[in-house]
Amino acid sequence: MSTDLTRTAARGRLAFYNDPRVRSLAYQLVLCAVIAFLLYSAATNAVDNLRRAHIASGFGFWDAPAGFDISQTLISYSAQASTYGRAFWVGLLNTLLVAALGIVLATALGFLVGIARLSKNWLLAKCAAGYVEIIRNIPLLLQLLFWYNAVLKSLPDVRDSIAIPGGAFLNNRGLFLPAPQFLPGFDAVIAAVGLGIAAAVGFRLWSRRRQERTGERAPVFSVTLALVFGLPVAVFALRGFPLNFDYPQAGRFNINGGVEVLPELVALLFGLTIYTAAFIAEVVRAGILAVARGQTEAAYSLGLKPGLTLRLIVVPQAMRVIVPPLTSQYLNLTKNSSLAVAIGYPDLVQVFTGTVLNQTGQAVEVVAITMLVYLTISLCTSLVMNLYNRRVALVER
Amino acid sequence: MEPAFVRRTPIAPQPPPRTMTGALGWLRENLLSTPLNVALTLGIVLLLAFAIPELVRFLIVDAVWSGSGREACLESVQHRAIGACWPFVWERLPYFVYGSYPIPERWRVDVFFAMLAVAVLWLMWLDAPRRDLGVIYAFVVLPICAYVLLHGAAAIGLPVVDTVLWGGVLVTLVVASVGIACSLPLGILLALGRRSRMPTVRLFSTVFIEFVRGVPLITVLFMASVMLPLFVPGYLEPDKLLRALIGIALFASAYMAEVVRAGLQAIPRGQYEGAMAIGLRYWPMMRLVILPQALKITIPNIVNTYIGLFKDTTLVFIVGIFDFLRTVEVARIDPKWATPVTSTTGYAVAAVFYLVFCYGMSRYSRAVEARLAAGDRR
Repeated sequence: MSTDLTRTAARGRLAFYNDPRVRSLAYQLVLCAVIAFLLYSAATNAVDNLRRAHIASGFGFWDAPAGFDISQTLISYSAQASTYGRAFWVGLLNTLLVAALGIVLATALGFLVGIARLSKNWLLAKCAAGYVEIIRNIPLLLQLLFWYNAVLKSLPDVRDSIAIPGGAFLNNRGLFLPAPQFLPGFDAVIAAVGLGIAAAVGFRLWSRRRQERTGERAPVFSVTLALVFGLPVAVFALRGFPLNFDYPQAGRFNINGGVEVLPELVALLFGLTIYTAAFIAEVVRAGILAVARGQTEAAYSLGLKPGLTLRLIVVPQAMRVIVPPLTSQYLNLTKNSSLAVAIGYPDLVQVFTGTVLNQTGQAVEVVAITMLVYLTISLCTSLVMNLYNRRVALVER
Repeated sequence: MEPAFVRRTPIAPQPPPRTMTGALGWLRENLLSTPLNVALTLGIVLLLAFAIPELVRFLIVDAVWSGSGREACLESVQHRAIGACWPFVWERLPYFVYGSYPIPERWRVDVFFAMLAVAVLWLMWLDAPRRDLGVIYAFVVLPICAYVLLHGAAAIGLPVVDTVLWGGVLVTLVVASVGIACSLPLGILLALGRRSRMPTVRLFSTVFIEFVRGVPLITVLFMASVMLPLFVPGYLEPDKLLRALIGIALFASAYMAEVVRAGLQAIPRGQYEGAMAIGLRYWPMMRLVILPQALKITIPNIVNTYIGLFKDTTLVFIVGIFDFLRTVEVARIDPKWATPVTSTTGYAVAAVFYLVFCYGMSRYSRAVEARLAAGDRR
């Protein structure tokens, strides 16, 4: 903002230490010097302290045998044969698993509650508001402890398992679900899903182009539905239903078969879903309220039916407001999944920053790697979000 | 032909049908307007009819109100349905409030609570006299007094109490107050830094903010508790609680910086230019023109950050500090009170504690917002 006038004045009359450019340079030099000094002293202190405590440095531990068990492993892992590096990947996958499941469930619940808060049904709106106010104001950690210690741990033991309709069992050792078994021929169904999605996308593009040319509307919604769901179901039936379920069998001391879901995972999912859904509900409500009433009225006066108004006018505009804060809620959920350490779910923080850090003592490397992982996830998400935002943002003059 | 009857005066207007006004009309309009609404209403009524009596039963009707040990709350001993176990809470209440703070010294904590309450009331009551003195009291006098009182000073005859013994509500309030008091000034500095025209200042602020916001608080606390001692000379050996406080303060200030930056961005450019035109330099311009406006519109978000911070204080639990939640957790698994209802009772008390504080803050922020918006109303 310094104009030519001030510059000439600065050169002419002002002492050099009053020149804004000189000052700014001096401030920046001082700042750099202070930060460099802090970094330097931190580094020398760390080297000193590590040497005194006889702690190794570097990433040599990555290939050393881990020697501890992990209760849930998505990839093969054993205490004797696997390395710390393998343990890291196991923890990371567990984090991603709980984050992915949590995001899907929290989105579904959050949208329901957010819409319920705007419902004309007084009782429903008040209940949804009560849910949001109570859940948002209680710490997540407390909710997780409650679900894990007070609810899941006090479920009946194996002998008195609660049978859930559909062949699942719930007891204090976790949730036992039927395990799907894919028989030969199921790959055709998967191929049909891929084909259906590709065909639906193609049809959409074609119908849009045709509508722009001729003004005729194609039944996009029903055709998409038929392609994405109908086609795989038809193939599934044609191949003779190549899918079987391995139902868990309740025994006296154990439950055999099925998929076992750890109680820690169930508690974590419950906690994360319920907590994040309260925040998503507020995001959704704000987004829908942000669409001016005149938009709906204008759509009606153009003769659009309520369903079409919602789909073509309200939702696209609401999504523009909803998506950015929604993504930051997804990121929060992913970061909050690190609270798993409090209830013993083997996520990245529990496995790596907990057990591996304790065993190796290499705090700097382990904490740095953990932070880098979360940082990468956050930055990638923000990048994708910024791209999306640029695409949907209102273009103004 | 003459009409048989011509009405010369208008009929008095009839009242609307009874089913469209009053309580009945309200019911029709708000609960039973469509078949879907009827179904929803029925479902919720059923749910509430189940949940509310169950809650009342657990908390009041079947609750145990007196006793001195786990037998009082055991179904097998009492031969009746057992709800919440209140004697457990009653007996462990001093532990929940003070942690393991030595009993003869607990009056010091009480004095601290009273001083903190005075500070909070003085600053929160917008019409209080001499609020400028209140700021000095809260940000200069109170921290020094609190440190001397809680930690102790041999010189004036207060025995030193190690922070390892601190616990319960005391630690939660200390962590939350330090976070609240540090995060706003640090956050403002970082936000100004991020909008600065000096490239290095902007770079360092941006890197710090994005880095801290990109990682979970737990890893920041881990960093503060296991890495910080490595980075300082061996003879300093920072206290465990202090390390957690540093972690929380840095974490909260990064979030605060983004909140303040949003406020700064909302101030029209003309305000900056106007301030410069009347000859204000950078800091006076910020202090007198920009920040008062920016902070005013940011109040709801600042309070939201504070609420988040207050909830996040529970995470110090994980790096081994006895905050309120941790004391509940420890008391819960104490064999003396081991019953099936102890956990739920303890968690219910903790939930009410956090709910009261956080909900109180959000109500307060709404009231302040409404008051400050009075100038914008037309």
